[in-house]
Amino acid sequence: MKHSQNSEKELLFEYLLRLGDNALIMGHRLSEWCGHGPILEQDIALTNIALDLVGQSRSWLTYAGEVEGKGRSEDDLAYLRDAWDFRNVLLVEQQNGDWAVTIVRQFLFDVFNYYLHKELLYSKDKQIAAIAEKSLKEITYHLRYSSEWMIRLGDGTEVSRQKMQDALQLLWTYHGELLKADDVDATLARLGIGADLSKIKPHYDKKVEEILAAATLSKPAEEWMQKGGKQGQHSEHLGYILTELQFLQRAYPNATW
Amino acid sequence: MKKNWPLWEVFIRSKNGLSHKHVGSLHAADAEMAIENARDVYTRRNEGISIWVVESDHITASSPNQNDALFDPANDKVYRHPTFYNLPDEVKYI
Repeated sequence: MKHSQNSEKELLFEYLLRLGDNALIMGHRLSEWCGHGPILEQDIALTNIALDLVGQSRSWLTYAGEVEGKGRSEDDLAYLRDAWDFRNVLLVEQQNGDWAVTIVRQFLFDVFNYYLHKELLYSKDKQIAAIAEKSLKEITYHLRYSSEWMIRLGDGTEVSRQKMQDALQLLWTYHGELLKADDVDATLARLGIGADLSKIKPHYDKKVEEILAAATLSKPAEEWMQKGGKQGQHSEHLGYILTELQFLQRAYPNATW
Repeated sequence: MKKNWPLWEVFIRSKNGLSHKHVGSLHAADAEMAIENARDVYTRRNEGISIWVVESDHITASSPNQNDALFDPANDKVYRHPTFYNLPDEVKYI
């Protein structure tokens, strides 16, 4: 497969949108907990993680706009694209559900995000490596946070264990997309710019197994996996998210603080 | 089953060389969670480099009723302050 200079730039733009949109949509989902957390301290904890992720998405989307070269800013990309132009995985747009669903979703994402950013540290694209380095410290904490909640509730009471197992069952088919490379992933990995997902998968599987074991949860048997988000085919949830996320810029174009 | 998580007191060291200072309290199920909660609640704006937490139950406090006996006697003992003493001019570097 050969790509011209131009299409290599397009691939990089796609790739940066994936990174930026994952962080943006996950961050937005978590922000929905603000004021609704089960206890003040956890409300703040989730809000902190949400802010970390929204901050990371700013870096990725700013860079995406530069690479695209059409003068679009982070805000243009966040607030003025429609659902089919978003490139986040389906997992991050899934609904918050109860605390168990939110934690399992976070955990399945954090494990991936952690190993992804460790790989991106070695990107030949200096800007990607720099953003990854800055983000990794935050993501390391996110993973620690969600892992501890997995263990605490999985290995908790009969009720908490059941809720966690149900949440795992509900979300399991959404984790496959994280680790399955398409042309964009494969080409950028080959160029040494993006992460090689086949390298991340064994780490991901091992970490998930380790935490599930400590949490006394069983790995769902389902092998069929959802996909499509990375290519812009989303669940209905994303439309609702964008309605809220983009409301202000849609109703009052160019409004500023 | 206890409905509420126990209360913890949080102490933060703002930088090396300074002592930990009490900054407030929070709820957490255990010590590990208390540290994480303290990190999220009390160090969001770069306030610290070290956190101590202790369950509030484990703190023994002096009783306000005993304030007279405990603290008033120090009131009339000004000579316990170094500023009470006049230093001879010859003494330098104090």
